[in-house]
Amino acid sequence: MKARPQAVQLRGGRVIAHLRDPAQAIYLALFAVLIIGWVLVTIDGGQFVTTENIVGIQQRSAALGIVAVGQTLAILAGSLDLSVAYLISLTSLVAAEAMTGGGMVPAIAVVLAVSALVGMVNGLVITKLKVHAFIATLGVALIIKGVVEHRYDGPAGDVTDSFQRLGYDRIGPVPVSALLWAGVAVAVWFLLRRTRLGYRIYAVGGDEEVARLSGVRTDRVVISAHVLCSICAGIAGLLLAARLGAGSPTVGTDGGYDLESIAAVVLGGTALAGGRGGVAGTVGGVLLLAVLDSIFNQLEVNSFFKDVVRGVVIVVAVAVYARRARERRTTA
Amino acid sequence: MKRRRSAAAIVALTPAILFLGACTSDQPTGKAGGTASPSAQSKFFDQAEYEAQLAMRTKTPQGPADKPWEQMIDPKMVDTAKYKKNGPYHLCFSNAAVNNPWRQVGFKTMQAEVALHKEITKFTVLDAEGKDDKQISDIAELTGKGCDALIVSPNTTATLTPAVNGACPKVPVIVFDRGVQTECPVTFIKPIGGYAFGADGAEFLIEKVPAGGKILALRILPGVDVLETRWSAAQAAFAKSKLNVVGAEFTDGDAAKTKSIVSDYIQRHGKIDGIWMDAGATAVAAIEAFEDAGVPVPPFVGEDQQDFLKKWKDEKLTAVAPTYPTYQWRTPVIAALRILNGEQVPQDWNLPQPKVTEANLDTYLQPNMPPLHYALCGCDKMPGFPQKWGGK
Amino acid sequence: MKRALPIFTVLLVLLIAIAASNPYFLEPPGFLAFLKRAAPLAILAAGQYFVIVAGEFDLSVGSLVTVEVVVAARLIDGDDSATWPVLALLIVIGLLVGLANGVITTALAVPSFITTLGMMLILSGAVFLWTGGAPRGALSEGFRAFGREELGPIPWSVLILLVVGAVAILLMRADFGRTLIAAGDNRRAASLSGVRVHRATIFAFAISGLSAAIAGILLGGFAGVSAQIGQGLEFQAITAVVLGGVVLGGGRGSVVAAMAGALTLEALFTLLNLHGISGALEFTVQGVIIIAAVAVGAVRLPFRPGASISPPMLKTKETP
Repeated sequence: MKARPQAVQLRGGRVIAHLRDPAQAIYLALFAVLIIGWVLVTIDGGQFVTTENIVGIQQRSAALGIVAVGQTLAILAGSLDLSVAYLISLTSLVAAEAMTGGGMVPAIAVVLAVSALVGMVNGLVITKLKVHAFIATLGVALIIKGVVEHRYDGPAGDVTDSFQRLGYDRIGPVPVSALLWAGVAVAVWFLLRRTRLGYRIYAVGGDEEVARLSGVRTDRVVISAHVLCSICAGIAGLLLAARLGAGSPTVGTDGGYDLESIAAVVLGGTALAGGRGGVAGTVGGVLLLAVLDSIFNQLEVNSFFKDVVRGVVIVVAVAVYARRARERRTTA
Repeated sequence: MKRRRSAAAIVALTPAILFLGACTSDQPTGKAGGTASPSAQSKFFDQAEYEAQLAMRTKTPQGPADKPWEQMIDPKMVDTAKYKKNGPYHLCFSNAAVNNPWRQVGFKTMQAEVALHKEITKFTVLDAEGKDDKQISDIAELTGKGCDALIVSPNTTATLTPAVNGACPKVPVIVFDRGVQTECPVTFIKPIGGYAFGADGAEFLIEKVPAGGKILALRILPGVDVLETRWSAAQAAFAKSKLNVVGAEFTDGDAAKTKSIVSDYIQRHGKIDGIWMDAGATAVAAIEAFEDAGVPVPPFVGEDQQDFLKKWKDEKLTAVAPTYPTYQWRTPVIAALRILNGEQVPQDWNLPQPKVTEANLDTYLQPNMPPLHYALCGCDKMPGFPQKWGGK
Repeated sequence: MKRALPIFTVLLVLLIAIAASNPYFLEPPGFLAFLKRAAPLAILAAGQYFVIVAGEFDLSVGSLVTVEVVVAARLIDGDDSATWPVLALLIVIGLLVGLANGVITTALAVPSFITTLGMMLILSGAVFLWTGGAPRGALSEGFRAFGREELGPIPWSVLILLVVGAVAILLMRADFGRTLIAAGDNRRAASLSGVRVHRATIFAFAISGLSAAIAGILLGGFAGVSAQIGQGLEFQAITAVVLGGVVLGGGRGSVVAAMAGALTLEALFTLLNLHGISGALEFTVQGVIIIAAVAVGAVRLPFRPGASISPPMLKTKETP
């Protein structure tokens, strides 16, 4: 229901209004963290603003960023996807193996087809079998895990040299992987803000019953959101295959892309319940996590302390959003 | 509609326009080596390497006997004069992870080694937290930090190869623990290796368990090359023996799961006559399964963790502990300094890989150390021992 | 009770299948060994049930179990006289963590998925920050007895499981249980009709924390100290509860069925192991079975708008 006034604004195309999203807060936080990080690293005797660092932040966040953009769609539609981590492992392997046998283009096509299929299964299980998204995608995750671990016991396949450039080339300080991420983000932003499907995703996530009563075929919307979410995971799998020069059965789970992508989405101000938020916030959330990581890297903070900080940041951020949401409601 | 299309066009064009700008690539020259293919069980088995490792076990290493981390077996020395430079030095280390006790003990030992050398004024460490992708970025980031030498402990062999290839031209690289599929690092440091580890355990069981005895093999997880080599060497040894391997199970390194699996086997087979393990972390849980079932503990293969050594001593077990010594974490720092000093180092720095036996158990058992401490850390005489390693 | 019937049928079929390939399973020691192994998960499932029926999630129980065991090992350090004080402390830690989860979820209106995800990161980071990366110390014999030894023929863990089950049933029959179900079924209606939703939710989280403490004590006793002892238990516990026919999103399902769900999951593992489908494909089978079980349950339930996709637990709490 909360999505409605917002959606109406969007239709009206008042761009200024979007800037007052929770997304705004995450960019403020990002800016603050950058300043604090810069100060801390400088005091520590290091240099924060170096080409390596800037490239590093982008390289480290590109894969998570792409997954999180997809996860945003699932969450906005009132669902969530716990299968992305295993899907990434699977698609990295599919990409590398198909590329060994065929070529780059067929490999990419196969990967996108496989991920769309997985997304379709997720969506169908959730909508037609009425299984809660948590259990449905957890179950699909287990199924993929079994298949991957049964077939592979280590890195496999090979990628072409030209494909590997996707993971390593850069234009000045901007890696191609970051451009890919930006491309995916812009495409999804466009989908959400400028297309009927995007509008319906907000509507279904906001209140499924109201959406249904107003004639939206909610099942189709949820399935589409899942297909797109999985395709994003597939793209991340492609990117990681290019980075690693091979497919790896553990790359998705090692990266923790399932829970981390959800964390990045909510950190970016998208409501876990669906219907509120957007891609801009998610990109900010991913960048915030990446900058934090980079600062920790610079200061050589140990990984256990990092976990504590990440946990606190996520909970505090969502608590702040919840508070703002309540205040807005009481003043409205 | 029109606006929509133009927006799409801009979206499509932006990367293309950017592409025409200055284009740089961090792509390393040389091929990535994802050579592994699925479902070929023997792919981890390399006959020549297997034989070389088994042979190395009986060779006398060169170097000071009281400092096994400086010893080397069959060294083929390479010249490092071109890397010679004056101190002080800035060493960098890209660590795969510190997510298990073995890596914890090793990393503490490495830090202590760095502290021993005044000429190292800066030691930058990036922890990849077990993520290949992060380690690739970490290595790229470190090569731009003005390191005098870069130490890498790769998270995965095949997937880290391109990153190491990229770093080699910029800085002398030292790889240890897991290797990479390229010759470009100045030196690759490792104990003899997984084949020797696996064979040590299997040969012990073949000697101690009567013919026809039932052996249960407990493995942590599939697909990790350093673990696969252990198992394939053990398989080779068992195949030539009269022992009967009744099962090989994956434990995920989970003590509760290990105990359940062993209990099930005892129940199903009535009796298990020997346990082979590819890593000893859950050895004590496996032993307890026999105790709880009220049957005698058969000959056991563990590792040099204190809890296992203590159990071994207390219960007077028939056991052996092959090791993958954590003292190998000292060697990369020593190697880096030798390289920067222009001294020769072996291309493959094979460290001795002793095993704990009945005879030398007492030298390795240290009751004041934590249960998951690895005895062969080579850290006993370092400043801060034992407190820094959690002992008292 | 009627809703719980399918899970008992499935459990019975699995048990018969196990017994068919392993007759020892029918003898009391064989069956008791199975129960002993399943006890920690069943206790976790009981705790998770309270949270889920109130419309929430607890993802922090896995790392809480690890925390309990690692803290116990470091503080006891092999000294038997420290056993009882440390046991008391572990219970307090469990309750406090649960309390924190509950307060953050209700008072700060953070969705419990996020609260407990954050708590999971914080707990596992903090405990290893404290011990320097790997567990230290050792558990005492007295501590280990609960997870390892028997009272006469019956393992302690089975006795503890029975007590936990009985207490859980009593709690659900008391006013508290009705409050919780009302809160999970329709939070807004419940609070409008004067039910203290927040208090009941916080209490549910505290129970979940307590159950993680007990499960930690049993698991540490059963298997000893290890760094990954609690890994993945949160997902197993939630799966068990859902297998028991409890609906994610709250409001329906019984605690006995949730615990039966845990036994079913454990029986499934045992059966797959017995038939050599161990290793990787085990996960695939598990995934299919979980989806199938929930789908069968969901389709038979009367349709409830929105329940399948956006249940109330994912919603920001409405302030009346």
